[in-house]
Amino acid sequence: MERIDLAKTSLRELNQFLHHEVRKKKIKHVEVINPDGAHSIAAGVDAPVKIDIRGHTGYYCAGMNKQAEITVHGNAGPGVAENMMSGLVHVKGFASVSAGASGHGGTLIIDGDASLRCGISMKGIDIVVGGNVGNFSAFMAQAGTLVVCGDAGDHLGDSLYEAVIYVRGKVKSFGADAREEPMTKADEKKLAELLDKAGLKYKPKEFKRIASAKSLYNWNADANQEY
Amino acid sequence: MCGIIGLLVKRPDLRSQLGDWMVPILIGMTERGPDSAGLAAFTDRSKGDSLKYSLYADDPDFDWKRLETSFKKHLGSKIKLGVQDNHALLVTHLEPEEVRTWLHEHFPGVHVLSVGKVMEVYKDIGTPAEIAEKYDFQDLEGSHVVAHTRMATESAVTPDRAHPFTAGRDFCLVHNGTVSNPNSIRRMLEPRGIHFDTDNDTEAVCRFLEWRMREGDSLEKALQHGFAELDGFYTLLMGTKDKLALVRDAFACKPAVVAETDDYVAIASEFHALAHLPNVNKARIFEPQPEQIYVWNA
Repeated sequence: MERIDLAKTSLRELNQFLHHEVRKKKIKHVEVINPDGAHSIAAGVDAPVKIDIRGHTGYYCAGMNKQAEITVHGNAGPGVAENMMSGLVHVKGFASVSAGASGHGGTLIIDGDASLRCGISMKGIDIVVGGNVGNFSAFMAQAGTLVVCGDAGDHLGDSLYEAVIYVRGKVKSFGADAREEPMTKADEKKLAELLDKAGLKYKPKEFKRIASAKSLYNWNADANQEY
Repeated sequence: MCGIIGLLVKRPDLRSQLGDWMVPILIGMTERGPDSAGLAAFTDRSKGDSLKYSLYADDPDFDWKRLETSFKKHLGSKIKLGVQDNHALLVTHLEPEEVRTWLHEHFPGVHVLSVGKVMEVYKDIGTPAEIAEKYDFQDLEGSHVVAHTRMATESAVTPDRAHPFTAGRDFCLVHNGTVSNPNSIRRMLEPRGIHFDTDNDTEAVCRFLEWRMREGDSLEKALQHGFAELDGFYTLLMGTKDKLALVRDAFACKPAVVAETDDYVAIASEFHALAHLPNVNKARIFEPQPEQIYVWNA
C-alpha cells in the first residue's frame, strides 16, 4: 500500500501519481492522509485501485472516476463523484450539493445525508443515500437509480426521464412529471442488490417507487406552459 | 464568488484567541476572494454612553492628528482616536448624525464604516493576507467576528464596496452571492430617509434587514421578510452585539460549512479553511439548510 500525505505532497502530485504511477506499476491500494478539505482529490482516476481518503474532502472528489473504489472517511464537498463512469465511491459522512451529478455509471454510496440536487442529470449511475436528500434531487435524471433511505426534500425528480427513485421516508414534494408508481418484483430485486452493496439492512418493501409520468416527453401546446 | 468567515468564541477566557484563530480562516478563503477583504469584530464595550466609530480615510497619508484637534475645536468634545494605517477608531459620546455631518463638511475624504458600542470594522482592497497584516487582525480580541474575502462580480473593487456592510448600530453583514433586485430595494428604502453609500447589492440587503429591525422585527423576523423580498443567490452572515447569524437562500448554491465545539463556532465557505482549527476533528460539522436561520449567542 502507498500512503500519500497531503500535508506534505501537493494535490497535483497526488493526482498525477493516481493517473500515471498507479497504472504503470499496477498499484492496488493507496491511502491519502490529511486531505483537509482540498478540492479535486482523486479526480479522473482510471485504474482498478482502492483509494482510502482519511478525512474530509472539498469540491469534486472522485469526479469522472473510472474503475477505482474510493472511500472518503469523512464528509465530501460539492460534486462528489460527479460524472462518474464506473467503479465505487463511498462517503462515510455527509455529502454536499450535487453528489453524483451527471454520473454515467458505477455506484455512489453516502452513509449520511446528501444535500440539494443529489443525482442531478444522472445518466446511469446508482446512488444510495443512507440519510436524507435535499431539494431538487434527481432533477432531469436520465438513467440510473437513486435510493433514499431517509426523507426527500422539495421537487424530487423534477423533469425526470428514465431514472428511477426509491424513497423509504417522506417526500416533501414531487417535481413536475414525477409520480409514485407500484413496486414490481424487478424493483425489489434491484433495490435489494443496491442495499446489500451499501451494507444497509432495510427491506425493499419499505420503499416506494418514483418514476416519470412521461407527460413532458412530447410537447403539448394545450398545456399553456403550466407544468 | 466570495468567501465568508465567522467565528464566535464561547468561553470568555478564549476571547484573546479571536484574531489568532480567525486569520488562517480568512487567508484560507483567498482563492474565493482575492481582491478585497474586511471584518467586523465585536470587542470591548465602549464606556458609558460613548460610541465607537470606525473611520476610513481615502488618503493613505491622512493626518489623523489634525482631525482630532479639529474635532475638539469645533465640537468641543474630547475624543479617543486609535489610528491603524488609514483606519481609525474614534470614541465619542456624540450622536452619529452630528459626527457624520461634521465629517462630511470638514473631512469629506473620511468615511464612517460603522457605529456601535461593541463593533469595529476594517476593510480594504488587496489580498486577505495583506489586509490582515496591515490592520493587525492577528491581535484582535473579542467575542465574535464576521469577515469576508471578495471577488467582485457586480460593483467596482473599492474599499467602500468591500464587505462587511453596516447599518444602524452594531449590525454588520457579509454576503456570498448576487442579489438581482437591489435597485428595487433601494427605491423602497430611500423615500423612507435611508441613505446609501454605494451601488453595491449587499449594501441594499444590509440596509433592508436593519430597517426591518428598526421597525420592530427581531433578527429572525427580519430574515423571514428577507426571504420574501430578496431575489437572487445568497449566503449571508450577520453580526449583532451579542449574536452571530447565518442563512442561505432556497437554492443553497453558495456554500457554507459550520464547525462547532464547546469552545467555538466557526463558519467558512469551504471546510479546508477550518481544517487547522484546534480540535476541529472533534467538532460537529454541518452545512446549513436552505432558508433555515442559524443564530448563535455570544
